[in-house]
Amino acid sequence: MWVNQDKCAIVGIGATPYYPRGHSWPQTVEQLASRAMVAACEDAGLNIRDIDGFAYYSHASAGYAGKFDTATFMEELGIREVGFTATLTSGGGGSAGAAGLATAAIMNGDAKYVITVMALQQLPQRRLGTVFGASAPTPTSSFLQPSGLVGPGHLVSVLTRRHMHLYGTSRDALFEIVQAHREHAANRETSMRRAPLTREEYDASPMLADPLCRLDFCLETDGAIAFITTTADRAKDLRHKPVYIHGCKHGGSREWGRAFTAMQMPDPTFGSAGHKHVADRLWADSGVGPADMDVALLYDHFSPMVLMQLEEYGFCGKGEGNDFVLSGATRYANRRNPGAIPVNPHGGQLSEAYIIGMTHVREAIDQLRGTAINQVEDAEFALVTGGPAPIPTSGMILRN
Amino acid sequence: MARFGQAVALPGDRISITTDTLTEPYWEAAKEHRLTTCKCADCGFCRLPPTAFCPECQSEKVEWPTLPGTGTVFSFAVCTKSPYPDVPDFVYVPVIVEPDGTQGAGSRLIGNFIGDADAIEIGMCVKVVWTDIRDGWSLPNFEPA
Repeated sequence: MWVNQDKCAIVGIGATPYYPRGHSWPQTVEQLASRAMVAACEDAGLNIRDIDGFAYYSHASAGYAGKFDTATFMEELGIREVGFTATLTSGGGGSAGAAGLATAAIMNGDAKYVITVMALQQLPQRRLGTVFGASAPTPTSSFLQPSGLVGPGHLVSVLTRRHMHLYGTSRDALFEIVQAHREHAANRETSMRRAPLTREEYDASPMLADPLCRLDFCLETDGAIAFITTTADRAKDLRHKPVYIHGCKHGGSREWGRAFTAMQMPDPTFGSAGHKHVADRLWADSGVGPADMDVALLYDHFSPMVLMQLEEYGFCGKGEGNDFVLSGATRYANRRNPGAIPVNPHGGQLSEAYIIGMTHVREAIDQLRGTAINQVEDAEFALVTGGPAPIPTSGMILRN
Repeated sequence: MARFGQAVALPGDRISITTDTLTEPYWEAAKEHRLTTCKCADCGFCRLPPTAFCPECQSEKVEWPTLPGTGTVFSFAVCTKSPYPDVPDFVYVPVIVEPDGTQGAGSRLIGNFIGDADAIEIGMCVKVVWTDIRDGWSLPNFEPA
C-alpha cells in the first residue's frame, strides 16, 4: 500500500473563465496563470503568500509555447519563499500526476502549501492543433514530420486505426463518446459546445484524419486552472471539505515510450492509451479498483482515448471498449449503477474546455465536495487521468 | 464509390529535414535511393530514428545494411486537409510501414502512401518510392508492391 495514502489533500481550486482559442488576449498567459493561482488560494481560504512550493507538469510549460518560472511568479505575486519547485517531464500526461509530485514535496517536509498550475493561450502563431507541422525539423522529428501528421489528433488517428483493426472498434462507439460529452456539457455555462449533437452532424464533420473527424478532436481553448495541495492535518482548518489523495502514479513502460511521436510501440501497446502501467500500479497500491469509483474523469483530448482508457483501467476488458461504450455505461447518471461508470460529467475536453487535463481535476474536486453541476450522488471516489502522451501518463484516485 | 480517391505525397519542395551525426548515414543512403536502417552490429536489433545505443544490448556498434525496399502497412490515416495555408486541400495518407529485413517494431518508417486511398489496408505489401525534398535530400514514401 502507498505509504502516503490520504496523508495529503487538495484544498483549493481556482480557474479563469474558459475562452475560445486566442480570445484570452490581451491578457498574457502568465497573467492567466496568476489569476488562477490567486483564485485557488481564495477558494482554500489562504493568501497567495502562504504558497511555498510549486509542482508543475509538462516541463512547467505555459501551454505549449512558453515556460513558467517560479522566481517570476514570486516577484509578481509577492510570494516570500519556496522550499520546492519542480516539474514532471514531457507533456499533458502529467496533469493528474502533478498531485503526486506535490505530495512528495509535502511529505518530505520541503513545503506546506504546494500549488500546481497550467495555463493555455493559443494565439494564431501558437496553435496546438497543428503544432508539429509548424515547427522546425529536428534530427528526430525528421523521421515523422515529412509524413504530414501535423498535430496530436493526426497521430492518434493512426493508433485508433490499429485498435479498430484488432478489435473491431467502430465509429459508432466514438460517436457515442462525443455525443455523451456534449450531453454532459449542455447545462454548464462554462462549456464551449452545449448544443445537442446528432449523428448527422457528426457524420458531416470533416474527416481531418480518417478514422477521426473534427468532432473526435477536443476543443482549442484558452484559460488557466490551479490547485493547492497540503497535509491532511492542515486541510482540516481550511474552508472546504478536504479531498484526499488516495493514490497517485505517473510513469509508463518502454513499449509506450515516446508513443505516437515515434510510432514504434509493439502490439497491443500501439492501439492503446499507454495507461496500463500506471493503471495496474495505481490499483495495486491503493487497495481499491474500478468498481469502487463513483465517477471517472478521463483525459479526452481525442474520443478514442476515452475508450482505450476504459479498457486499461479495467472498467471493461481489452478490446471490449466498443461494446462497453455502446451500452451507454459511460453516460452521466446521478447514481452509480453496477457495471456502469459516469465519465466526464463536466463535458470534458471534448465539449467543455481544454486546459491540458486540469478541468478533470477541477471536476473531481467539485464531485467530491458535492457541488458539481452534474453531481453523482454521494460520490466518494473519483479517478482522474492525465494523457495519453509520451511518458509519463498519470492517474490519481481522489476521495472525500 | 470512391470515398477519398487518389492519395499523393506531400510536395517535396515543402519538406525539410535536418540531421545529426547519428542520423546522417541514414539520409546519405536515402540520397542515393538506398533504404537502410540503423542495425546493432552486436545483436542485430534495428532502430529508427538512429540513436547512440542499442536498446536491446546497449552496444554502440552499428551497421547500415541495404534493405530490400519493401514492407508491410502497420497502420495509416487518411488526411483531407492541406497542411499548407496557401495550398488547396488534397488527400494524403500518412502510413506506418514495417520494412522487410528488420524486426518491425522499433524500426518502422513513417511516410506517405501514394495510390488509391480507398484501397490501402493494414497488412498491405508496399515498396519504397523516393521523393526528392529540399536541400538535395530524398525521402522514402510508399506505393503498392
